[in-house]
Amino acid sequence: MKKICLYFEIHQIIHLKRYRFFDIGRDHYYYDDYENERSINDIAERSYVPALQTLLQMCKDYPEFKVAFSLSGVGLEQLEFHAPQVIDLLREINSTGQAEFLCEPYSHGLASLANEESFANEVKRMSDTIKEMFGKRPTVFRNSSLIYNDEIGAQVAGLGFKGMITEGAKQVLGWKSPHYLYHCASDPRLKLLLRDIKLSEDITERFSRQDWSEYPLFADKWVDWIANTPEGEDIINIFGELVTFGILQPLSSNILEFLKAIPALAKDRGIGFAFPSELCEEKSVGAIEVPYNISWVDEERDTSCWLGNVMQREAFNKLYSIADRVRVSGDRRIQKDWDSLQASNNFRFMTTKPGYQYRGIYDSPYDAFTNYMNILGDFISRVNNLYGGADNEEIDGLITMIKNQGDELAAKDKEIERLRKKLEKYNPTGQVEKKPAKKVTSTKKTAPKAEATSEKVAPAKKATAKKK
Amino acid sequence: MKVLMFGWEFPPKIYGGLAVASYGITKGMIEGQPDAEITFCLPKPCGEEEKFLRIIGMNQVPIVYRGHDYNYVKSRIPDYMTPEEYYNFRDHIYADFSYMNVNDMGCMEFAGGYPGNLHDEINNFSIIAGVVARSEQFDIIHAHDWLTYPAGVHAKMVSGKPLCIHVHATDFDRSRGKVNPTVYSIEKNGMDHADCIMCVSELTRQTVIREYHQDPRKCFAIHNAVYPLPQEYLDIPRVDHGKEKVVTFLGRITMQKGPEYFIEAADLVCKRSKNIRFCFAGSGDKYWEMVDLAAAKGIADRVHFPGFQRGKQVYECYKASDVFVMPSVSEPFGIAPLEAMQCGTPSIISKQSGCGEILDKVIKVEYWDINAMADAIYSLCTNEGLHKYLQEEGLKEVAEITWVKVGHRIRKLYDQCIYNGGFIH
Repeated sequence: MKKICLYFEIHQIIHLKRYRFFDIGRDHYYYDDYENERSINDIAERSYVPALQTLLQMCKDYPEFKVAFSLSGVGLEQLEFHAPQVIDLLREINSTGQAEFLCEPYSHGLASLANEESFANEVKRMSDTIKEMFGKRPTVFRNSSLIYNDEIGAQVAGLGFKGMITEGAKQVLGWKSPHYLYHCASDPRLKLLLRDIKLSEDITERFSRQDWSEYPLFADKWVDWIANTPEGEDIINIFGELVTFGILQPLSSNILEFLKAIPALAKDRGIGFAFPSELCEEKSVGAIEVPYNISWVDEERDTSCWLGNVMQREAFNKLYSIADRVRVSGDRRIQKDWDSLQASNNFRFMTTKPGYQYRGIYDSPYDAFTNYMNILGDFISRVNNLYGGADNEEIDGLITMIKNQGDELAAKDKEIERLRKKLEKYNPTGQVEKKPAKKVTSTKKTAPKAEATSEKVAPAKKATAKKK
Repeated sequence: MKVLMFGWEFPPKIYGGLAVASYGITKGMIEGQPDAEITFCLPKPCGEEEKFLRIIGMNQVPIVYRGHDYNYVKSRIPDYMTPEEYYNFRDHIYADFSYMNVNDMGCMEFAGGYPGNLHDEINNFSIIAGVVARSEQFDIIHAHDWLTYPAGVHAKMVSGKPLCIHVHATDFDRSRGKVNPTVYSIEKNGMDHADCIMCVSELTRQTVIREYHQDPRKCFAIHNAVYPLPQEYLDIPRVDHGKEKVVTFLGRITMQKGPEYFIEAADLVCKRSKNIRFCFAGSGDKYWEMVDLAAAKGIADRVHFPGFQRGKQVYECYKASDVFVMPSVSEPFGIAPLEAMQCGTPSIISKQSGCGEILDKVIKVEYWDINAMADAIYSLCTNEGLHKYLQEEGLKEVAEITWVKVGHRIRKLYDQCIYNGGFIH
């Protein structure tokens, strides 16, 4: 049976304010409150609320309907603050049991390309937040803008996810179809769901375009396309941003009516719905090798819109040069600024690729770069001040030491567990003692991590204290 | 296609941007179009002009009949002219101008450049244009800048051929809105009679439409271009000042160029940064005022005034700079940023500059927004990535802007004027 896997991204950045270089060192507040409030309310009103209401109604009307979402941490903060009604709606949809929440990096940033530890840290924070808000720990991951390569896949698998969604980019797939379940080439435990570019973008990009040969697109035609895919191609991944409904495609194009009509038409044609996590339970048909970065952005489907020119790369390198310091610092205000500075949109504003129009408050890529670098300059000096002027090498040395010690501890934990299991084997009364023993290991499993993180902070502080 | 052009300046004698633009337009047309023939009328050629077009010195065209013999004429006229041409002009004198101040050849003298009696010279130029228009064969008339509009109009009246005028600047740009009524009337009259108005930017085109009440259908933006640098200038090495950075303003120091905004921005930058210097090259009526302003702001030690730069010095100045700034209040086109980009110096220009319409790899700010200007200067001096990007991409961009392309666009407008009945039906 063919299954449609619907997934929508919910993310809005925290807009940075106009920040001149003479503000460096004087003003540590970086946000454009007016723009943030205005844009999030506008988007909630025009897009999120009507779209989610429609999806909620669909969940109620069609018990077999399923939909998945992912939220970015910064987007969530914005919504909590300015448009909590969106979160209420999400909770309501969640309570029908027909929604699934995926995990993504907290900041919607590019940490996956720069710093493994920061990335892991962000993913963990987001996973905790989702668990807290919606009651279930996500098992499927999606990276910011579906950025993926083999290394990221391996890392995500290491973080305990069983599946990941990414782009069905032509340069990766070649002759293969995105309608199957694949797995990561570097770690077969991680299943990959690939977006069907054509069917997804029929809705997200082309739906209201009058110069499109298929305009106007009706739901029956679209569902027929799915029904007519070759036998055996059972997974249809339709991924997009939630702002598709209302912003990318205006509500006046009746896109919500289109959405509403899909479940009934799909049922007629014997097409079902599935969560990403359900699909990832199935058996994969083969590995997908992705040596270079892919994403769902632009025709190139790569990272060139964030890291395409030297300015973007300079900003990126400068930002992540302090990633370790920020992570180790444990300072909450620094952490919050770090999240909002990382959001990939900040880099997108600096793109010089032709055709990109939306630049927030900036009127050119140079303007965006200048403003960002000013803020980053202030931020970096704040972070460095936390370390009392210790030089980079010293801190890097300490950080690697902490990391090595953490690794050592983890290795020792493993060793202990292995030995304990061995011990159990030789213990004839194992049946009785096994249970408490297991409990000990499971609590241990989380405990060392907490210890490790707390320890990670402590030595650094000690080190600086010693310095003074 | 034969074009009769009227101009006031032509290299190698350069007073301002007009000479460079006249040279580029004519050269671009000759290079790009084998069938183009240009006759260029100048008030006072120096005789060393390049020979790709025919130059007529208006100071060699007789307006009063003098019966000199062949050998005398030959001895009195310069090499680029033959006695036959002199006689041909003499045969087309159309009125009695003997009351005017003419020399023994029946010609009028020109001071050249922009002397005090400029309005007389403009008038004389147009009288002589009547003789030239009667003697020459041509398809279209093309007049550069307001000084030659009366000549262009006169030639049109005499010959009935279509008139194109080229607006390199308007008096609204030169005076920040307080126009000289005489100049305005000359400009307006020229535009009213023109069949086609070529403006060096959309900005100028809008001024022409708004302030001179011209029909938008006959106004077109024809942006200027630049010639690739000669090897001599390419060989000038770029100067690395080590830790210090140099930010340069280069141009006439006058109201139109917004020099005070440069000083204000420099002041803001100097307050935060110790290793940025400012070079304020050029001369003009506001020179001393600017020196005083820099001193009053207490930044005279970081702002340097090297004075007027000529020829090669200009390019040495560009190459020794890390940032070039043109904060013009109103700039019809402004060729300087293109030259700076050719030298690998990133530019900051005001949004009121016409060249901004065809440039993408420059930073554009409002001329009055000194905060944005200071911010851009600081960013270019401190962020290697931005500097490198604008430097490399700027070179590529400016290499695509050629006079040959400009020549083709002008040719299209000529064709429309001559063969397709003009722009207004």
